[in-house]
Amino acid sequence: MGEIRLMMGNEAIAEAAVRAGCDGYFGYPITPQSEVLEYLMAENPYERTGMVVLQAESEVASINMLYGGGAAGKRVMTTSSSPGISLMMEGISYMAGAEIPCLIANVVRGGPGLGTIQPSQSDYFQATKGGGHGDYYLFVLAPSSVQEMSDFVKLGFEIAFKYRNPVMILSDGVIGQVMEKVELFDPIPRRTEEEIIKECPWATTGKTPDRERNIITSLDLDPIRQEKHVMHLKEKYDKMKEDVMWENIKTDDAEYLIVAYGSSARISQKTIDLARAEGIKVGLFRPITLYPFPDKELERLSKQVKGILSVEMSLGQLVEDVRLAVHDRVPVEHYGRVGGSIHTPFQVLNALKEKIVNKY
Amino acid sequence: MDVKFESWKEIIKDENIVFKKTKVLTDNVLSYCPGCGHGVAHRLIAETIEEMGIQDQTIGIAPVGCSVLAYEFFDIDMQQAAHGRATALATAIKRLYPNKFVFTYQGDGDLAAIGGNETLHACNRGENIVIIFINNGIYGMTGGQMAPTTLEGMVTSTSPYGRDPQMMGHPLRITELVAMLPGTYYVTRQAVHKPANVRKTKKAIRKAFENQQQNKGLSFIEIVSNCNSGWKMTPVEANKWMEENMFKVFPLGDIKVDGELVKEL
Ligand SMILES: Cc1ncc(C[n+]2csc(CCOP(=O)(O)OP(=O)(O)O)c2C)c(N)n1
Ligand code: SF4
Repeated sequence: MGEIRLMMGNEAIAEAAVRAGCDGYFGYPITPQSEVLEYLMAENPYERTGMVVLQAESEVASINMLYGGGAAGKRVMTTSSSPGISLMMEGISYMAGAEIPCLIANVVRGGPGLGTIQPSQSDYFQATKGGGHGDYYLFVLAPSSVQEMSDFVKLGFEIAFKYRNPVMILSDGVIGQVMEKVELFDPIPRRTEEEIIKECPWATTGKTPDRERNIITSLDLDPIRQEKHVMHLKEKYDKMKEDVMWENIKTDDAEYLIVAYGSSARISQKTIDLARAEGIKVGLFRPITLYPFPDKELERLSKQVKGILSVEMSLGQLVEDVRLAVHDRVPVEHYGRVGGSIHTPFQVLNALKEKIVNKY
Repeated sequence: MDVKFESWKEIIKDENIVFKKTKVLTDNVLSYCPGCGHGVAHRLIAETIEEMGIQDQTIGIAPVGCSVLAYEFFDIDMQQAAHGRATALATAIKRLYPNKFVFTYQGDGDLAAIGGNETLHACNRGENIVIIFINNGIYGMTGGQMAPTTLEGMVTSTSPYGRDPQMMGHPLRITELVAMLPGTYYVTRQAVHKPANVRKTKKAIRKAFENQQQNKGLSFIEIVSNCNSGWKMTPVEANKWMEENMFKVFPLGDIKVDGELVKEL
C-alpha cells in the first residue's frame, strides 16, 4: 500500500506531479488553485527529483512554457482556474495542432468574467468541445475526490504521451480545496534524456547526425496537407474512445438515473441514498472521462430507466452530451446551482422528484 | 558546350573554394523577398552554429512573422511558436535542458508588441538564452502594417498619413528597455546591409552563443533590417532609407557588454 496522507485536492495534484516524474511545472497564482504552486515552491522538488518549478508572468506564458518543454519531450504541467484557463486557450490550440503532450488542471470557479472564487462546473463546454480555435479536442478527466486528483496526474501523463495530445483535469473549487485521505502512488523516476529520445523520436532534443531534423509546428499553409493533418488528428480523437472511463453507482435496479461528474457526483451520491430511503429507485452514472464521453454506456443504461436528471453546477452544459447519448429515448432534465453556489443533496432530491419522478 | 563544362570543372575544386554555404542551412529556397535582411541573418546564425560545432545541441524557436517558416531553412531541431511567445518556449526548453543551446528569432511586432510581456520577463529573469530580434519597423508578413518600432511620420498601411505619436504612440526602443534590466548580460544593436555590418553582426552572434555556453545569461541582439516590400522601395532605396532614418532612432552599437551598460541611455 502507498503512503497515506490527509491532503487538499490542490496539494494532492502537486505531490502527484513530483511522484509522476514530472519534469517541469509552470504556473501563475489564481484562487482556488494557488496551493499547487505554493506546495511545489515549498517542497522544492528540484532537490527531490530535479523537477523544475517556475512562477510564470501570466497564464499565456505558462502554457507556452508547456509548449516548449512538451515539444522537447518533457513531462510538463500547469494548473489554473477558469479566467487563467481562458488565457491559455491560444496555446492549448497550438499544442493540439502541433501534437504536444502536456497536462493542464482547471480548478473551476464560477463565471463568466472574473465571476467568483467559489466552485462551479461552468467550463465544461470549454474543456470538452475544444475551447480554443480550430478542430481539436482535449482528453478530459473529471476527478470527484482528492484520491482521483492524485491518480489522474499519473494517468494524465500516460494518456498525454500515448496520444501526443494535451490532457485536461477538469475539477472545481470543491475538489481543489477539500481535505481527504489520499493514498499516494509510489514515485516514478523522471525519464533520462536517452529514454526521452527513445520514447519521443519526434521531440526537439537536438538534431543528431543519425536523423533528420525534428520540427514542431501547427502550421501548414497547403490546405490539402493541412486537411490530411486534421484528419489524422480526428483518427486520434476516435482512438481515444479506447480509454473512456465511467462509474455506475446503484444502477442495476435503477428506474431513474442521475448523471453527474466531479463534485456534483459526490453530492448526488448522497441524493441517491436519500431517494432510495424513500423508495425511489435511482442510480448514478458518473462520467470520468468527459472527452471521450462515455455515451455507449449511458445509452445502454437509458434503456432501463424512465427519466434522467443531469446535475451540474452550470446552466446546463453536460446535459447536452447526455441528450445526445440517449437520443431522446427518455426524458432528460437539467438541475444545477450556478455562479459559485453549490447544490445540496436535498436540493438535488427535490429537483429529481419535481422534474423527473413526479412526471414520468 | 563541352569546353565550357570542362572549364567549370577546373575552377570548382576544393583548393579554390573560398566560400561555401554552411551545412546548417538546408537547400530549401528562402521565402524572403530579394534584398531582405532575414536571409543574411539566417546565414550568420547557421554559420555560428556550424563553427561552434553545436548543431546537434541547438534548438531554435521561430514564432509568427515573415520568419515563421525559419524551420524550413535551418537544419536543426526547431519549434514554431504562437505570435509573440517564443521566449516563453525558450525559457522552458533551456531550464529543462540546461546543456543545450536555445535561441529565438523574432520580428519587432512579435517581440515588442504582442510578445512584449514575455520578452520583458524572460529578460528580467535572465534566462540563459539568445534572442535575435529583427527590427524592420513594420509588420512584414501581414502586408506592411504599423509596428511598435514604426518611425514617427512613417507611412504604413495602418498609418496611411504617417505615424502620429499623439495618437499612435512613439517608436518603442525595447532594446534600450531590456538593457536596463539586471537580467540581461549582453545587449547590442547591429545591421546586415553592408559587408562590414555583416561581419560585426556575426561577431555579436558568436559572442551571444558563447555567453550561453559559459552560462553568462541572456544575450539580446537587435538587427535593424529593411523590409523593402513593406516599405514599398527597391532593396537599394530601402537600405539607404534605413541608414538615413532608422539608424537615427535605432543607433547601432553595443549597449550592454558583460552585464555592464556601455552606453548612456
Ligand atoms: C495572435 C495573432 N495575431 C495576429 C497574427 C497575424 N500576424 C502574423 S505576423 C504578424 C506581424 C509580424 O510582424 P513582425 O513580427 O514585425 O515580423 P516581420 O513579418 O516583419 O518579419 C501579425 C500581426 C497572428 N499570427 N497571431
Ligand atoms: S515582407 Fe519585408 S520582412 Fe518579409 S521577407 Fe519581404 S522584405 Fe523581408
